[in-house]
Order: sequence, then C-alpha cells, then structure tokens
Amino acid sequence: MTTQLAHTPLFDWHVSHGGRMVDFAGWSMPVQYASIVAEHRATRNAVGLFDVSHMGRFLIAGPDAQTFLDRVVTRRVTGMKTGQIRYALVTNKSGGILDDILVYHLVDPDGKDFYQLVVNAGNRQKIWDWLDKQRTCPTAGTANIDWRDITTDTAMIAVQGPRALEIVRPLFDVDVARLRYYYGVESKSSGGAGLVSRTGYTGEDGCELIVPADSALEVWEKLVAAAAQFDGAAAGLGARDTLRLEAGMPLYGHELSEDINPFQAGLGYAVDLEDRAFPGRDALLALRDDTSLPRRAGWILSGKRVPREGYDVFDGEERVGHVTSGTFSPTLDVPIACGYVRQDLAVADTQVAIDVRGRREPARTVELPFYRRTT
Amino acid sequence: MQPQDLLYAKTHEWVHVREDGPDRFATIGISHFAVEALTDLVFLELPEVGRQVKAGESFGEIESVKAVSDLYSPVTGEVIEVNAGLPDKLETFQDDPYGDAWIAKIKITDEAGLAELMDHAAYQKQCAEEGH
Repeated sequence: MTTQLAHTPLFDWHVSHGGRMVDFAGWSMPVQYASIVAEHRATRNAVGLFDVSHMGRFLIAGPDAQTFLDRVVTRRVTGMKTGQIRYALVTNKSGGILDDILVYHLVDPDGKDFYQLVVNAGNRQKIWDWLDKQRTCPTAGTANIDWRDITTDTAMIAVQGPRALEIVRPLFDVDVARLRYYYGVESKSSGGAGLVSRTGYTGEDGCELIVPADSALEVWEKLVAAAAQFDGAAAGLGARDTLRLEAGMPLYGHELSEDINPFQAGLGYAVDLEDRAFPGRDALLALRDDTSLPRRAGWILSGKRVPREGYDVFDGEERVGHVTSGTFSPTLDVPIACGYVRQDLAVADTQVAIDVRGRREPARTVELPFYRRTT
Repeated sequence: MQPQDLLYAKTHEWVHVREDGPDRFATIGISHFAVEALTDLVFLELPEVGRQVKAGESFGEIESVKAVSDLYSPVTGEVIEVNAGLPDKLETFQDDPYGDAWIAKIKITDEAGLAELMDHAAYQKQCAEEGH
C-alpha cells in the first residue's frame, strides 16, 4: 500500500529547482538541491534557506492555556515573557522523551496571551493525542483551552547563517536584529501577517518565519533572491542534518526516543523538576543521578570512513555503546558521530573504537558541540 | 572513453573490455549518474591488487556525506591494477568519470558475468526509470 506524501506550500518550487525529494515523516521534502556540502557551507558562510513547513505547529489559547502547558512540558511555561520561546521536552510517565519542542508565548492583537508549540513532524499526531489525553487532569479537571493544528495553514522557513538577519529585515516591519535570541514577534510580512523568531537548528544565528501558506512562495522567492547576493542558497534536509550534528543538537528518532531520558541526552537544562507536576516528573527526579544508564557523547574519528547510525562502540573488546548519528563534517573535515555510551566513557578525550563495517576505527570523545560559531 | 562505448552493471559500474590475444581485461569505474546520485564524496576504498573477485561481489566502497555504497565487481577475475591516487582526488569522479576516475582493472577469468551487463542505451533507460 502506498500512502500519499504531504506537500508543503513550497513543494513545486523545490521540484522545479532540482530538489531531490524524499519521504520524511510522511512529507515529500528536498534532501538536497545539488551538493549537501555546498549548502552546508553556504549556511555557515552566508545564509541557508530551509523549508521546515513539515514541522508540526499547534496554537493553544484560552483561559487555562498556561496552566495546562505547565503540567505537560518539562520546563516552566508560567513566567515566560511575551515573545519568549523555550526549548522543552514532553516526557511520558517513566521520563522517556515523547518529543522535543519549542513553546512560544505570544500575544494576539487584542492583547490576549496565547501559546504556540512547534513539534517534530514525525511526532505531530502523537503529541496532539498526548495533549488531548492530558487535557483532563484528575485534580484540576478538564483544561479550558482553544487549540488547533495550524501546520497546513502555514509554512515555516528557517533562515540561518551570518547574513540571515540582513536578508529577513527588509521583509518585515519589525527590526529582527533587535529581537533577542529565543524570542519571537508577530509582524506584517509583505504577503500577510507572519511570525519571526530568533531560533534555529544549525548552530548559526538566524531566524525562523511562520507565514500563511498562501504567502509562503512569495516570501521564499524574495529570500532566495536576497540570499543570492551573498552566495547564500536554499538548503535541504541533508545540510540541515550535517549542520545540526556539528552543532551538537539532538534529533528525535536518533538521539531522542521514548527509551531515553533527558539527562542521558544531555538535556538536563531543559528540565525543571522543582515544584512541578508533569508526566514523568517523579521518574525524572529518581533518574537525574542514575549513573547506570548510557549517556550521549560525541566522537571525532581519525580516519576518513564515516560512522553511521547503529554502529557499535567498543572499549577494548567490550561493546560499550552505539552510534545514533554520524556524518562527514564539512566544517571540520573529519568524520563525526553522536551516540550513547557507558557513562564513565562519555568524558572528553576518552579513546574508544567504532566498528565501521567490520573495521575498528579509533575515535576520540569530545565535548559537544563539535562546532561553535565565533561571532 | 566514451560512455556510449561502455557496458554497465545494474549497480551503476561501467566496464570497458579490452582484448589482448586470448586474454580479456576489464577497466571499471562508476557512471556519471552514480556520481551525481551520490554527491559529496568523502571516501573511496579500493580493492586489493591480486584479489580474486566474482561478478556481483562487493570489492570496495564509496562513501558520500549522506551514505555509504558498496562497489560491485561487474566481472569475474583477478584485480591486476587499481587507481591508487584516486582516493585522494575524489573530485576526479565529477570531472572525468569515464577516464581518470577509473577504479580498477581486472583480468577476466570467467565470462559468465559479462552477459548480464547492459549497453549504454539499456543503462540510460534504467537511469531514467530510477528517476533523475
């Protein structure tokens, strides 16, 4: 049985510009237009444009929106300033990660608070169903919220790299350069209202735009033209993956899953346990100091062969972990990998070996991220 | 070498067969289509000289940023020469896939595999069906 893949509002543009379309979480998305390395470098050196419309977007408003979210995500939603965005996790009762998400605290034109969640494409239905289940609380009753999934009504475009703010600026009536990191604001884009936020998934400065689906192409084409002046370019999911991996950012389905807790993943900063009540909170309190579970680590290999997902990690003859993501780093010019390993080995400078298709390749454990921008 | 004059394996290797008296020698590379599909090459592992290979057997690997692919020998025989400088000059695959980017030469010892190979027209048809 074949299932119909979903198309973003920019699908036709991708196809007509040489995008190699692949199935990603049920969406037909460009993995690359020409070269992943060229798109990666354009983003590090100038600006890369990414269609990330496949990410799930939910609006949550109504009198109980804040208290409701506060009891489902790992970080406090109460106290978020208007425009503020928080990276947070949704965990199950045992503390396993259901998704990593962004929570936006926004205000509508009438001055009423509302929230937006951006969730992973592959978890959109799961998180929707989970939130729906959590709406009913045994002690607080059913949360009074108005919520809807706006994923297909909108498009989401990430503009990333040192030139990103410069090219986004003329398109919006807010000064994006003055927008603080992890803040967002509603603006009037040329084709209608849009949300601009100083967020991203590449390790570069930049922003993400959420615009109505029917104005997406117009905004995108303006960005493409502006980016070309700086040798910037549209970039596909391939470059998005190499960029996020260099930046040490975990990807759901690889570094994150329901079998991994946030502390193992190195995401303790995204978990507030004090005076909180959310699914998994009590389990996480016990797991916080559990040293028996593997931890996420990063490795640089000395050869040229690239470790891939699923490859085993060895300390001598003992299998001590596995790779969850690996690539050849275009910026560092070496193979890099992320994965989980016995906790005492997840320490910088520890030497391990990774079994790359039958041959043990020496690997050095490094602090994440692999790459940090200098400005 | 001209792509029209070569034979092709389903797995995108090209073969040029040269006859020398009773002996037949195959020069092997990968097609322009394969190079385009792989993109961003980072690593090539050549077969060892002297190795006996069977048609269809993996005898090396080529890796791009995105993924690793096996190289399959399109013929049965003995590897008599490899392009030793190629792993350090992977851009050659892009510049001259049917010439300087040859990978290995094999002395054919059994012609069984040859019948499986496609001519250029048939190979182009396969590439068109793979959609690129």
